[in-house]
Amino acid sequence: MLRPLLLRAAAGVAVIWGVVTLVFFLLHVAPGDPATLMAGPAATPAQVAAQRSALGLDRPLPEQYAGWLGRFGRGDWGTSIVTGRPVRTMLLEAWPATARLVLLSLLLSYALGIALGVIQATRSGSKLDTALSVTSVTLFALPGYWLALMLVMVFTYWLRLLPAFGASGLDADFLPAGAKAVDSFRHLALPLTTLTLIGIGGVARFVRGAMIDLEGSAFLLTARAKGLASRHVLVRHALRNALIPVLTLLGLSLPAVFSGTVFIEAIYAWPGVGRVLVEAVQARDHPVVLAATAVSATLVVAGNLLAEGLVAWADPRTRSSHAG
Amino acid sequence: MPGDGSTRARRDTRAVWGTGVLLIAVLIAVLAPLVSTGNPTVQHDVVATRLLAPGATDAFGVFHLLGTDRLGRDVWTRLAYGARISLGVGTLAVVLSVAIGIMVGATAAIARGWVSMVLLAVTDFALALPRVVLLLLLAALWSPSVTVVVLVLGLTGWMTVARLVYAESRSLVARPFAEAALALGASRRRIVLRHLLPNLLTPVIVASALGIGNAILLESGLSFLGLGVQPPEPSWGNMIAAGRDALMDAPWIAGAPGIALVLVVVACTLLGDALQERLGPARRETARETVLGR
Repeated sequence: MLRPLLLRAAAGVAVIWGVVTLVFFLLHVAPGDPATLMAGPAATPAQVAAQRSALGLDRPLPEQYAGWLGRFGRGDWGTSIVTGRPVRTMLLEAWPATARLVLLSLLLSYALGIALGVIQATRSGSKLDTALSVTSVTLFALPGYWLALMLVMVFTYWLRLLPAFGASGLDADFLPAGAKAVDSFRHLALPLTTLTLIGIGGVARFVRGAMIDLEGSAFLLTARAKGLASRHVLVRHALRNALIPVLTLLGLSLPAVFSGTVFIEAIYAWPGVGRVLVEAVQARDHPVVLAATAVSATLVVAGNLLAEGLVAWADPRTRSSHAG
Repeated sequence: MPGDGSTRARRDTRAVWGTGVLLIAVLIAVLAPLVSTGNPTVQHDVVATRLLAPGATDAFGVFHLLGTDRLGRDVWTRLAYGARISLGVGTLAVVLSVAIGIMVGATAAIARGWVSMVLLAVTDFALALPRVVLLLLLAALWSPSVTVVVLVLGLTGWMTVARLVYAESRSLVARPFAEAALALGASRRRIVLRHLLPNLLTPVIVASALGIGNAILLESGLSFLGLGVQPPEPSWGNMIAAGRDALMDAPWIAGAPGIALVLVVVACTLLGDALQERLGPARRETARETVLGR
């Protein structure tokens, strides 16, 4: 079981390397020169040239790439052109916020989505099934950023219940522990709800399909013929088998989930990797763009590995090395 | 249960609703100059006409079905012209990604050995990238325009089609009719063009219907972030962005284009679902691919 996982990890590292390399060369061919940006609008050509050589931009491209990759691999991610802060610090501060938001919303949207899908599959064709299908298609179609604005409108502007910006209040550092937890939960509420809602639809649709596909398969027929209670058959036999493709889906859908997070973070000013990335892209802050891309790719690859581990745990057939 | 009466009836309802909504949206887009005030960027007396509620008639006697925005522009007119961008960009992007996807997928299925391996590896690699990250990057690096958005969406959306086409081609090649054609002495090229591609049409159409919905959502997202269609040219995404500051006073500015987006994307999804159930049994695979398309 260890060997395939190690191979997978190696493939994951290759993906991360591929991503940063792709982004490095994209940044290179793109119009817009970081040296000109850094030197400022009033700089003379000589000053821009000095800046270029300070950044190493005047060297041949392969040399720039090799040098950058070496520094990047050693953890020297440079400084932000816009903020002047070390990029590593910026991202070390940002990634836990993203991971927290993504993990919690995945947990909620898969739990609720699976529940919805199972309810629909067991009452396939009924009015309830149709109503829930309409709901899940609508959730699936909602643009996350628009839903976010609508939730802000209702819960922040109209009801004045929940904060719409950031991960904690301005006074968070001065609050006692209990009040601090309440404060961070209140800030989490809207971003988490938005991400969860847009995630539920796809999961429910998929689970419903997977459960209905199993209907009529021999092992379910056997279980029923043995006289097992239909609820027992549903949970222990049908759902358990339907969950294996769902776990695979979980791993494969991580890039999409992260993509959704980018928009949500931008709207709610959530201090995560997505917001850092959007701001860096808009300001052409090349070192930050590169590092934020690498961190997001790493989060996605790590999540994929985790999902594959879960599949191996849930589905004995994939544990090839112990099978014989 | 597939095939019984209730499912068929429901299936038809979905197709009818999906087609109906899409048809109306296309008509509004095509006939935008006729069904609206005619110019999406025109401003009259800004102070007198701004932030009028839906259904209001302004001081000049012009009726505003969906109200006006903070510059006094008619929201319905902007919505109708924005439909041109949304539907046009969505369709063109999907045509591009389907073309690339078919080429990559079919080539990988026919060519054995290292060509196939490289193509599949590239597809898996591209599928592992967070699409929005790539979109943001590409859209930000080149100055934003409709062409850039179409290219970027097309170039980042072909992988699901490629995988679909590859999987279907592999299973088709093993089927008796392909073997029969091979036994009759048909060339590989002929088998692909005359026998495989027509059989691939179904899953590709389903993927396209769902893909257009995704592309429309992504275009609106890019425009919302200011990296897509640039104001004053209306797109549903940049209309929502413009309505963001007026959520309190004029929720219709951001509300209307958002509802339009949801309706069109739901219609694409319903149509895709209905087609898929009617035409193909490979439900689960495609369902998974469409969730991943985001």
